[in-house]
Amino acid sequence: MKIHEYQAKELLSKYKVRVPRGVVVESKSRAAQAARELGAGVVVVKAQIHAGGRGKGGGVKLAKNHQEAERHARDILGMTLVTPQTGPAGRIVKKVLVEEGMAIARELYLGILIDRETSRPTFIASAAGGMEIEEIAAKSPEKIFKEPIDPVIGVKPYLARKLCFALNLEKEAMKQAVPFIMNLYQCFKNEDLDLLEINPLVITKDHQVVALDAKAGIDDNALYRHPETAAYRDLGEEDPAEIEAGKHNLNFIKLDGNIGCMVNGAGLAMATMDIIKLSGGEPANFLDVGGGANEEMIENAFRILTADANVKGILINIFGGILRCDILANGVVAAAKKVRLRLPVVIRMEGTNMEEGHRILQQSGLELIIGDGMKDAAKKVVRAIQ
Amino acid sequence: MSILVDEKTRLLVQGFTGREGQFHSEQAIQYGTRVVAGVTPGKGGQTALNVPVFNTVREAVQKTRANASVIFVPPPFAADAILEAADAGIHLIVCITEGIPTCDMVEVYRYLQDSDSRLIGPNCPGVISPGKCKIGIMPAHIHKKGGVGVVSRSGTLTYEAVGQLTALGIGQSTCVGIGGDPIIGSRFIDILKLFQKDRGTRAICMIGEIGGSAEEEAAEFVKKHVSKPVIGFISGQTAPPGRRMGHAGAIISGGQGTAEAKMQVMKRCGIKVCKSPADMGKTVAKHL
Repeated sequence: MKIHEYQAKELLSKYKVRVPRGVVVESKSRAAQAARELGAGVVVVKAQIHAGGRGKGGGVKLAKNHQEAERHARDILGMTLVTPQTGPAGRIVKKVLVEEGMAIARELYLGILIDRETSRPTFIASAAGGMEIEEIAAKSPEKIFKEPIDPVIGVKPYLARKLCFALNLEKEAMKQAVPFIMNLYQCFKNEDLDLLEINPLVITKDHQVVALDAKAGIDDNALYRHPETAAYRDLGEEDPAEIEAGKHNLNFIKLDGNIGCMVNGAGLAMATMDIIKLSGGEPANFLDVGGGANEEMIENAFRILTADANVKGILINIFGGILRCDILANGVVAAAKKVRLRLPVVIRMEGTNMEEGHRILQQSGLELIIGDGMKDAAKKVVRAIQ
Repeated sequence: MSILVDEKTRLLVQGFTGREGQFHSEQAIQYGTRVVAGVTPGKGGQTALNVPVFNTVREAVQKTRANASVIFVPPPFAADAILEAADAGIHLIVCITEGIPTCDMVEVYRYLQDSDSRLIGPNCPGVISPGKCKIGIMPAHIHKKGGVGVVSRSGTLTYEAVGQLTALGIGQSTCVGIGGDPIIGSRFIDILKLFQKDRGTRAICMIGEIGGSAEEEAAEFVKKHVSKPVIGFISGQTAPPGRRMGHAGAIISGGQGTAEAKMQVMKRCGIKVCKSPADMGKTVAKHL
């Protein structure tokens, strides 16, 4: 689960990781008030959306005083912010974070992620802060340091020092950076994060170590034991159809094509999207209905697929195995009748009682097309929408 | 011949008395798998499906000489179940559970590095050596005894591949679902090693998906150490970047882990890659 910058900074503060003083607000007058409270000096007004590259899109602005902060907040709040990560549609900004400005001496990159090669949490550090890590990796991979963490001992001072030396930190800054790095890992581990990125991590002119920006992702599988951070979820940042699907335990991701698909199992669902494309069509979504695939689930899936006006046809691909095809067929027929389905539907099913399942589909009085294998089914649905 | 499991496997089921555990144990017994014990803490002394239930894995191992375990325990308790099995000296642990927190698996993986236990999964369909032993949730009837080893990160897509093979009259030595999570106990390389050594395996079908770099690492391994024909498929060729496609591990992040990149490396390393999931069986047939 993605969270906002201000939420990530709240988490970091809990673990004594220093972040700039700041206030999150939803109106320009509150922004002005926040700027006044932060005291004299420069403040930064930052759009809060779940996407990076905000500065490039005009979502991060410096203000010399509270009047200027108010003007920036007025401009940013409500704007549709387009960044390289939002796609062309952009995101509407509902909140801004007003923060104290910093006298920056150095900008660094420090992140923790789960390295899949070693199956360990791993620090990624670079002296080239401010840039996207992918950009650094592409241009100058030698500037990236990786330090895997042994979960048995966690992050000890020596490991933090290793990172500090790799980043060429001066003695003054290092005194703060060592506990900073150790606390960062505590936060990552205790909060069940799957990504924690401080970019930039800044060293101020008076040798303070501060997380100027913060990006965090929380492991969805661990949300059950973090009710406080689970409440950080911002539905405004998600696709409404995906939210609806989630309520019915359907794993759904919206795409841009016109062939809706309904599949059991994630791997097969991806493969079904692939074969639609190979057959000359464009998948409208990823949808994994899981192992159950009962009438209620199929009905919910039909509703979600047909709510998308782009969808001109539906491909159902169920490799049942243990699931009986006659039960599946009855579920499809009942659900199709209930939602008054008018789109062409191609069904490919495999499993016990397949012949009986096909008979039920054919005698349903509905225009259900039977696919014989994945390839045939994909071809038929592409043809049906032409 | 086969790998990991066969007629000699003595299976213990953790989470035996739960709905899933009970259903799939019954299926396994029907298939001929020797299910020798169940473990459900607090239900020791009972029996279910004519199999004795124990409170702890250690006790079950002592009394029944179980040498493999399958885990049907809910996600919050599954990592603990894996550790209990490893601590009791079980050699093969198959964890079906989907949704285990990654942090828990980091610890489990680290613990297993110093142990003799091999973990398959989590978030996997299990392992089957057709005609001999079935551990997991895969439908038995689609399989056929034979000489193709199947290894995959997916569940139903594996059934699809197996279904295609069987329809062409091609049997399987062992089918291993290694799981769709970012941290799994055994990777492609671990299973490829076993298939290469197994005299009953003549060809290998390897089914990967987007995310991570396990397929690329496996491809380099194949180039150096596998003499048997390897056929590959990667799902998620049309998946958008930055989105988790159902499996926790199926995500293209920072431009890494795309299907295209994986297929290229696999081809370069001599793996016969098919672009369409409908051609997995046919491609194996061609190279057998």
